[in-house]
Amino acid sequence: MILVVLEHDGQRLRKGALEAITRARQLNAIAGSVAGVLIGENLAAVAEEAKRYVQALYLAEVGPYTAEGWAAAAYAAQQKAGAQVVVATGSRQGRSWTPRLAYRMGAALLEDTLETGTDGAKVIATRYSFLNRVTEKQSAALPVVFTVKPNTTPLAEPLGSEGTVETLSVELPAVGVEVMERVVEQKKGVSLAEATIVVTGGRGLGSPQAFAQVEELADLLGGAVGATRAVVDAGWRPYGEQVGQTGKTVQPNVYIALAVSGAVQHQAGMNKSKYIAAVNKDPEAPIFKVADYGVVGDVHQVLPALIEAAKKLKD
Amino acid sequence: MKFIAVIRQVPDNEAKLRIEGGRVNYEGATLILDQMDEWGVEEVIRLKEQYGGEAVIVALGPERFEEAIRTALAMGADRGVHLVTEASLDPITQAQALADTLRDEAPTLVFTGGQQSDWDSQALGPAIAEALGWPVVTWTTSLELEGQGAYAKAKHDLDEGAEVVRVALPAVFTTQQGLNEPRYPTLPGIMKAKKKEIRKVPIAFEGKVETLEQTIQERRRLNKVIDGTKDPVAAADELVRLLHEEAKVI
Repeated sequence: MILVVLEHDGQRLRKGALEAITRARQLNAIAGSVAGVLIGENLAAVAEEAKRYVQALYLAEVGPYTAEGWAAAAYAAQQKAGAQVVVATGSRQGRSWTPRLAYRMGAALLEDTLETGTDGAKVIATRYSFLNRVTEKQSAALPVVFTVKPNTTPLAEPLGSEGTVETLSVELPAVGVEVMERVVEQKKGVSLAEATIVVTGGRGLGSPQAFAQVEELADLLGGAVGATRAVVDAGWRPYGEQVGQTGKTVQPNVYIALAVSGAVQHQAGMNKSKYIAAVNKDPEAPIFKVADYGVVGDVHQVLPALIEAAKKLKD
Repeated sequence: MKFIAVIRQVPDNEAKLRIEGGRVNYEGATLILDQMDEWGVEEVIRLKEQYGGEAVIVALGPERFEEAIRTALAMGADRGVHLVTEASLDPITQAQALADTLRDEAPTLVFTGGQQSDWDSQALGPAIAEALGWPVVTWTTSLELEGQGAYAKAKHDLDEGAEVVRVALPAVFTTQQGLNEPRYPTLPGIMKAKKKEIRKVPIAFEGKVETLEQTIQERRRLNKVIDGTKDPVAAADELVRLLHEEAKVI
């Protein structure tokens, strides 16, 4: 068996879960059929959707997220399924609890993989390293835990039949983490990591108010808003929108950088985008070196014109 | 109290990387204390200054890692422990190799970088926590101790948002920007660091992950430049046209 830990938002499976299922199915030659586990609270609704994708579905009601709780639940499911491979989404949270699981299983951990396959009885993976600048190929013997980098894999289709559903009893460790306050950023539209279009604003926009136009352009294109570290540090935008080494890594079809200079640390979060477009008044800005399309000009003039052009495109 | 920072030495972010024989070649590269680990070093020094006790640096890696340990000692940490191996080990195996040393040191807490800039891995902190049976708080942006070091109140980032947790110590924390502003080593600090103790512990572990090949695959960019200084509207129209008709991405 191969086990997929299915990320969800309480209502639906996340896109990342459907990517992880595709990856799991690719490995059935060495790891067998695909089981899934849902972890969290009030799982009944999302279970209806999830059971259409896997042969066996486990439900682990463990309450709100903690790394320890998720690792314990995934471990219980892995033991129950006898899985030699566990697949999870390479979200920040996914990457926080999977090392615990791998350690407990005595498994190799392959993080944030772009592609996975097999070589004999081994799992082969490619991933980025050195701030997204190097592509490396890794190999590990079973058991293996791996995470899937978002936006790398086609979404799985449901199976013809529904899987069996079983509720797991998970022994939660007494780890002594008490959540006192949780501030969830209310996101409208698509999430940054999963977006196929990202429109990012930099410090050169001059003010937090100018981001209203960045949002407008992102909305028109069906994309998500990103921000640079300088913008987040200045308190103009929430941290959840930050792209770069200490923020999110995105790989959209097109990344539109507005008044972003393009430091190495920022590039680490976006340099694998399929296309990169940039608007900057400084023709020497490093962002132009990695851009496919660059407009040298004042963002305060070009951005409103981009919004008008995008509106025309929509009509 | 005792505060430990686990650190690594990595190539400078700004440095150009060279590949030779399917591997990143470190020769001639500027090697530095990982910038995300620097936040951990600063934090353990601050905690020691505030609460007393000791700030200890632990590193696992080849001989050259000693330079990074000295940098941390020059910033103000008290002593170092260097687990020496020339083998390149994956984070899970490193956690296993670090566990005995960290358990024997019996610290109040352990810090390590949120993501190492050579591996692009976020696994070391959580794996150490699992090895020790301690809780982990990843992407920590602020931390204060409570109850004479029995607890820590920490704020940390989630995928969308943040949370404040109260965690029983000992625990492992990983760093995130905003945690602090690392100090620069001073000249007297550098002089003093030369005399500080670094205990060397040779280790022999076998990794679970084999790196078969490293390559630099830079995507070829079109580098088309449109002048938008004179007619920003025409430039914007042209950009939208190219994205729609040529790239077909909007």
